[in-house]
Amino acid sequence: MTSVSSASPGLSGIRDVKNRLFGPLPDVAEEAGYEPDHPKRVGFFTDTSVCIGCKACEVACKEWNTLPMDDSHGKRDALGLSGMSYDNTGQLGANSWRHVAFIEQSRAVDLPMPTFGRPGDDRHDHGPSPATAGDDVSLANAQQSVLNAEALSEFDPQTGQTGADKQIRWLMSSDVCKHCTHAGCLDVCPTGALFRTEFGTVVVQGDICNGCGYCVAACPYGVIDQRKDDGRVFKCTMCYDRLTDGLMPACATACPTQSIQFGDLDELQERADARLATLKAQGVETARLYGRDENDGVGGDGAFFLLLDEPEVYGLPPDPIVTTRDLPAMWKAAGKAAVMMVGVAVTAVLGSRRR
Amino acid sequence: MTGGITSPGAGWRQADRGPATQHTTKKRRKRGGGRSRGEIAMVDDVEFTSYYGRQIVKTPVWKSPDVPLYLFLGGAAGSSSILAAIADLTDRPNLTRVGRYTAGAGSILSVVALVHDLGRPERFLHMLRVLKPTSPLSVGTYILSPFSAAAGATAAVELLGWFPRLKRFGGVVSAIFGGPLATYTGVLLANTAVPSWHAAHTQLPYVFGGSAMAAGGGISMVFVPVDEGGPARKMAVAGAAIELAAMHKVETDHGIVSEPFHEGRPGKLIQAAKTATAVGAGLTVVAGRTRLGAIASGTLLAAGSLLTRFGVFEAGIASTKDPKYVVVPQRERLEAGTNEHASTVTR
Repeated sequence: MTSVSSASPGLSGIRDVKNRLFGPLPDVAEEAGYEPDHPKRVGFFTDTSVCIGCKACEVACKEWNTLPMDDSHGKRDALGLSGMSYDNTGQLGANSWRHVAFIEQSRAVDLPMPTFGRPGDDRHDHGPSPATAGDDVSLANAQQSVLNAEALSEFDPQTGQTGADKQIRWLMSSDVCKHCTHAGCLDVCPTGALFRTEFGTVVVQGDICNGCGYCVAACPYGVIDQRKDDGRVFKCTMCYDRLTDGLMPACATACPTQSIQFGDLDELQERADARLATLKAQGVETARLYGRDENDGVGGDGAFFLLLDEPEVYGLPPDPIVTTRDLPAMWKAAGKAAVMMVGVAVTAVLGSRRR
Repeated sequence: MTGGITSPGAGWRQADRGPATQHTTKKRRKRGGGRSRGEIAMVDDVEFTSYYGRQIVKTPVWKSPDVPLYLFLGGAAGSSSILAAIADLTDRPNLTRVGRYTAGAGSILSVVALVHDLGRPERFLHMLRVLKPTSPLSVGTYILSPFSAAAGATAAVELLGWFPRLKRFGGVVSAIFGGPLATYTGVLLANTAVPSWHAAHTQLPYVFGGSAMAAGGGISMVFVPVDEGGPARKMAVAGAAIELAAMHKVETDHGIVSEPFHEGRPGKLIQAAKTATAVGAGLTVVAGRTRLGAIASGTLLAAGSLLTRFGVFEAGIASTKDPKYVVVPQRERLEAGTNEHASTVTR
């Protein structure tokens, strides 16, 4: 814990560690140079199935980190409505480290509908009359599905109905920096301003950053951004200052529904797997985890999500890859191209008659 | 209340009020874009979903003209220093002198452009705190620093006429860093999440290397007497050919993310670049041995190189602004299963 390394995994000395640029890493902090007695890796598990879109996380984050106000296009000190939904934050950026996405969706009802008689009636004979009468298995399935749906609708705020033929649901998701296992921003930072903390998170040191902007272009999620008037870059620190004092990050503390859960990453992953299994068992087939898999393009996320639709619906990339995965191939190409230049120049000179 | 989130696939769509998030890209005919050389791959109708059409990756905050100008100046300086060093060793004083001046001026201006691009220019020395092979900008700093020191000193000594032997040493040192300086900038752009740059990550170093030789050779042709300018002409023509060939691959190999290289302002810049480079190279072959021809073709080649840098830079910028360039290729590779890694989504 004594040596704080701002070097990326690619440059951590002689120890033989696989997957420096890509793939799963069992201990990111140790790989970054911390002694083995460092704290466990922490993270966020954002369960969007219980997010109510209250934006308490956004407010708590702004308050704690004293972030400036900006509009939905990141313009500083401007008050503006996005005009597209309840989302007037727009995106993650230098001044918004939590961003609640709002997606209103509808669909035509094609499910076996329960009959709505007097309360209690359909408790005795489960009302649904599926089209495939006679098929016992599918009837049972349909009944099961409706039962689950009824059970679900008691606590699932995202299930709604606006008419006989159409249903509406709201997807809400609090987005945040993913604190990747292989963080593109950290890999490309030329000053060492971005560093891996002992908690396995990725943080910018404001007094080192010289505003080169490389991290902004390197983030596959579009998280980190530059404050134009300041020149430096800013992003979620997972409340590094609070962590060192044994406190939870502000957003997780403020979340009223435990949609944002903070804790040791391995424990959160177990919790997320269990939550996914529960939802699946309840028939929520569209539930999925995002950023949970340690074998994905960024080696897994320190902040991962339970989503109810495809990632791009929420503005997340469906298959992000850390850009430095391909860096060895790029350096090889650059080396070859440089040799080619010398070769061409030598040939050009030797191939020309002397004056 | 039944249904809700219970059915598989579920058929959920963006609600009919408010801006749509389902976008269909129109099939676009490329006109004036590809000329007759080679078929431009048509991009078929693609359906993709996005969050209110908002971009996913951030647009680089790098300033124009600082960065594209740096790409051009660094390239021209790098190739000129190589040419100057070899010319020096084979006793071609005019070519040597012009190459050294170009390298010196280019490298100093490069440093200025790069420092000016920083959000906190007064902290440019922070670049030298660490050396990180994973950061092309860090590696580039350690290429540009010795290069600009050596090339700048060599040019100054050349101007003042002092220390002839030190001059040769400085020239060789700058030539060693000249090639990497010209080609690492391809890695600098490609090692980002910018779709149109990253997709071309093995080709951009060649584009920039070729472009650098076209620029360096072109500038030397303008200032060197024609009877000594043979090496400059040969290097410029070879560089132009490499630039055109590599750029053609960048423009056609990458499906939808090649699109920004054809459309809008970047498309026009690249078209102009290709025209200038091709005409310049042709004119060099035909009329490069006349003073007027050398000046005209050298200027065209340098202009072509400059336009290439601006075109590539702006095409990348454009590719960050539309979420389709992020979503569609990622969806395609997920569906094709061509990744050697697992999906980020656990179902």
